Amino acid sequence: MYGKGLRPLSIATVAMLAVSLSLVFFYAPLDGDQGFIQKIFYIHVPLATVALFGFIVGGLFAIAHLRTGNSKWDAYSYVSIHISVIFGVAVLITGAIWAKASWGHWWVWNEPTLVSFLIVFLLYCTYYPFRYAIEDRDQQARYASVFAVTAGAFVPLNFLAVRLAQSLVHPRVFATSNGGLPGSMMLTFLCCFAAVALLWMTLVKFELSAKSASGQVKRLRRALDAPAPGAGSRIAPEVS
Amino acid sequence: MTPSRAAFAAILGKDLRAELRTLQSLPAMALFAITTFVIFRFGLDRTHLSGSLAAGVLWATLLFAAVLGINRLFVAEREEGGFDAIRLAPIDRSVLFTAKVAALLIYLLALEAIAVPVFALFFLDSEAALGPLLAVLVLADFGLAATGTLISSMAVNSRARDLLVPLVLLPLVVPLTIAATGATEPLLALGGPGYHRFGTWLMVLGLYDLIFGLVGYAVFDFLLED
Repeated sequence: MYGKGLRPLSIATVAMLAVSLSLVFFYAPLDGDQGFIQKIFYIHVPLATVALFGFIVGGLFAIAHLRTGNSKWDAYSYVSIHISVIFGVAVLITGAIWAKASWGHWWVWNEPTLVSFLIVFLLYCTYYPFRYAIEDRDQQARYASVFAVTAGAFVPLNFLAVRLAQSLVHPRVFATSNGGLPGSMMLTFLCCFAAVALLWMTLVKFELSAKSASGQVKRLRRALDAPAPGAGSRIAPEVS
Repeated sequence: MTPSRAAFAAILGKDLRAELRTLQSLPAMALFAITTFVIFRFGLDRTHLSGSLAAGVLWATLLFAAVLGINRLFVAEREEGGFDAIRLAPIDRSVLFTAKVAALLIYLLALEAIAVPVFALFFLDSEAALGPLLAVLVLADFGLAATGTLISSMAVNSRARDLLVPLVLLPLVVPLTIAATGATEPLLALGGPGYHRFGTWLMVLGLYDLIFGLVGYAVFDFLLED
């Protein structure tokens, strides 16, 4: 039932990604200061923004789970955080490449956004051992939701603290308000943002429908008294 | 006294009495902190500390010593069936959260009453900074107590108890550490305490306390359901 609409969504995602990438490489002008490497911005920034939104959305799903007690929301929360953590790996890698190209080092401690992102990423990495440590399914879901809510509140606070910790204002490569971008770059950026957001939604939907399908197979096997091949995941929530 | 207040006083009194009789956590925390200072003395090869190095050593030590106490905060509840008793009692369950935060706050203040003077004795030239440092300590302790209680109550019901608290708590208190060291660094600077951005950092600490105090209070109920 989660698979409904997956195909049109996937097609839209692929089309949007293709349009965005062609805009990035053939339409957007070369940056006068940084040249070609600046194009990584069109992937790096949307990935980071979508990952952070995903963490917060995971927290909102967790609130829904705690309020209603419906384990469906726990699955949504788990999958949101899971996909966002995967996006987070990509953010750190693309960020490191960009830092190496424009500042000469793979890692810079005085770029507050990158450092904040690393701290948030590290916190969400502990979500998996945290789930793994709790055996009872209901308790696991409840505790994971409490974790997701707490960590969701942590995201903005952490950005505030790291930003304040910079002793001098670091020159931002792009103006913080989008007014600093020329129109053609802005259009490309918005397209990329939409494409990455669509990719996130497709992956979330895909993982949910995969989990729901394997849950159905497991129930059918149980009904037929056939042994299940191999043990399922102990930390991923079961989806009905 | 309202029932909630009576329950709060009863739980807090029970915790403090048990700690005074058994002395399970506090001596270990204090001893750990002092040993860590000695390790920093040789690890950094410095006999005097000031500025950012002093702030970093102080807060890293206090944080790791606090983890020891946070690990043990709910052990009695779990082993002696205290959680079931709270579930059975006709009281608001959030009372357990507030009482445990208060108990942990008292442990942390007691730890600092020992560790900070020892730190000053070992590494600092003057004691002038200790007065304003108290404000930073109290504000940071409250935030640490709120997050620590929340994580500890979850960790104690899991398989990997002692592993989970440092694993989850340390990333969670990074903003707290940033603000606390930011406020402490100018206080411990060479040539007398300074107050560069002292107010800003205290406000960040206050905001952290407020947010995690409220989040902990709001979600704690769900951890006791069974």
